[in-house]
Amino acid sequence: MINVMMPANKGTYQQPDIFGYYGKFGGAYIPEMLHKNVEELQNNYLNIIYESSFQKEFQQLLKDYVGRPTPLYFAQRLSKLHNTNIYLKREDLCHTGAHKINNTIGQILLAQRLGKKRIIAETGAGQHGVATATVCALKGIECIVYMGEKDIERQAPNVARMKMLGAKVIPAKSGSKTLKDATNEAIRDWINNPNDTHYIIGSVVGPHPYPDMVARFQSIISEEIKKQLKEKNNIEIPTHVIACVGGGSNAAGAFYHFLDNMSVQLIAVEAAGCGINSGQSAATTQLGKPGILHGSKSIVMQTEDGQVIEPHSVSAGLDYPGIGPLHAHLFESGRAKFLSATDDEALNAAFELAKLEGIIPALESAHALAALHQIKFKMNDTVIVCLSGRGDKDLATYMKVLDI
Amino acid sequence: MSRLEQLFIKKKKNILNIYCTAGFPALNSTLNIISLLAENGADIIEIGMPYSDPLADGETIQSSSNKALSNGMTIHKLFEQLKKFRSQNSFLKNKGVVLMGYMNPVLQYGFEKFCADAANVGIDGLILPDLPEHEFETEYGAIIKKYGLDFIFLVTPETSEHRVRKLDKLSSGFLYAVSSSATTGKEKDFNAVEIYLQKLQSYQLKNPVLVGFGIKDKQTFTTACKHANGAIIGTAYIKAIENSNNIEEITKNFLQSILN
Ligand SMILES: Cc1ncc(COP(=O)(O)O)c(C=O)c1O
Repeated sequence: MINVMMPANKGTYQQPDIFGYYGKFGGAYIPEMLHKNVEELQNNYLNIIYESSFQKEFQQLLKDYVGRPTPLYFAQRLSKLHNTNIYLKREDLCHTGAHKINNTIGQILLAQRLGKKRIIAETGAGQHGVATATVCALKGIECIVYMGEKDIERQAPNVARMKMLGAKVIPAKSGSKTLKDATNEAIRDWINNPNDTHYIIGSVVGPHPYPDMVARFQSIISEEIKKQLKEKNNIEIPTHVIACVGGGSNAAGAFYHFLDNMSVQLIAVEAAGCGINSGQSAATTQLGKPGILHGSKSIVMQTEDGQVIEPHSVSAGLDYPGIGPLHAHLFESGRAKFLSATDDEALNAAFELAKLEGIIPALESAHALAALHQIKFKMNDTVIVCLSGRGDKDLATYMKVLDI
Repeated sequence: MSRLEQLFIKKKKNILNIYCTAGFPALNSTLNIISLLAENGADIIEIGMPYSDPLADGETIQSSSNKALSNGMTIHKLFEQLKKFRSQNSFLKNKGVVLMGYMNPVLQYGFEKFCADAANVGIDGLILPDLPEHEFETEYGAIIKKYGLDFIFLVTPETSEHRVRKLDKLSSGFLYAVSSSATTGKEKDFNAVEIYLQKLQSYQLKNPVLVGFGIKDKQTFTTACKHANGAIIGTAYIKAIENSNNIEEITKNFLQSILN
């Protein structure tokens, strides 16, 4: 029997309306030049991804290539520190080192079925770029990755990996030279290549249907958490699920099958950078207002005049001035609690995990770990932290801290 | 009848629409440029409202937008500058003036206030490429209409006939035919553009059609005008004034090179 991805609950937090709205956030605010490609996706994504041959190949690759299911690890010493029960969902053990590949496997299979011959992607930390380059190598498809010039510098190992995997890495030199600008460049590439190209967006952002599609591909994370808690400890649901939010894909995946169960506390952790009020931050829900970025209405960090603000985080994957529309809705409705961790708090949490558990987390994931210090837990709580990626790519940053 | 409609009744062919980013090259150049374009034969002037993330634009207009933003241009300042522009220059009385920009700055300004203020200073129409037709129909179209503004949708060679007809129906003033699916400022294969424009012509649309993207000189303008009511020049004009310290002279020469 093949395992099939669980479908979405209709009319709930999981599923947007037919125009891609979660509450008042979402939609497809795109220029006409993108309409045909986006409409093609809107009309076909659900049919394609729930087709049995698709699910068969998807599930097989997740198992044999990505290495799923990823462990749900009871972190004993970390639990002791916080006097509760903490489980780490080990997305860092996925092939390529982060959750991003759950989505790129799904999208490459979709692109193949749509007959696309060329793949483009944006990347911040380089994890999504590597995950895209990887699946393109797997399928023998041309791959172009846009990456901010600043991120190319601070995530050098991932740039090398993408190149070794055969991808072309194009520096985005406009604006803040980070993830936002790489996304702009990828969208412009798609406008200029309307026929043969599929754009693999790396998070739950972009015009409808991307947020929903990416959330569904990442929903495997919470599907497994549910099963693993039941099998291991006969626990039906956790009390808390904690995940970092850049665009919000690992959080969407970790929350997905708990979204409609109000007794699960969902906690999203944004990057506060040098501090919420420092002018050097990426805490979108704290600093942003409703607006439109990269094709959807969401919460966006912007000036009074509606110009997008260049954010800051030590973590390239969280250095983004928006969040996905699902998260904007979870924030506004109060369904999820939004916390933030500063650069320093995240760095401390990374070192803490390394020493307590022998696991070096990605800087992004370290933000989720840092939030553990901001929450009062009960002794018998069941706390899940989505460990979205491993820290190899961040060693240069960690080494700087060690030198002090 | 709107000023744009009247304009197309009086002149059916060779309509020249020139785009310039507001606040470029200097914060206060916009009013002067509008006058110069009008005096030298432009029929419609399209004023770009600069945005930090102009998705549909190539490098030239990205950089004019950045320059304009660093010069301090905002929608508030633009409306301040445009107060009474119609009466300041007799050439401008019957010219079409439209605003082009992206949704986010307009939403922050307040959509209704934006339409009210635009109509109030004498703007004729709006081009907001990332305002989708669903949201136009359910939310924003009625506000635009309330203030008597025209709204111009874009169509591309990838837009189906059914959709072209729908967007034509929703548009007023004119329809903006993007010459090929591309960002602004890309080179175009003009044979393909001609075939596309002939197809559009055969639909016999309600609105006049202006062709934009890739129109840069007399030859491309003339070709576009063969199969449409006129054309829009953006990148080529920005490039012409980008490094010039005599905008009067350059603008005059630029328009002459296209019209004569
Ligand atoms: C390890 C890791 N976690 C999290 C993120 C942030 O993305 P998202 O919020 O979509 O999960 C990234 C992005 O690069 C990442 O590499």
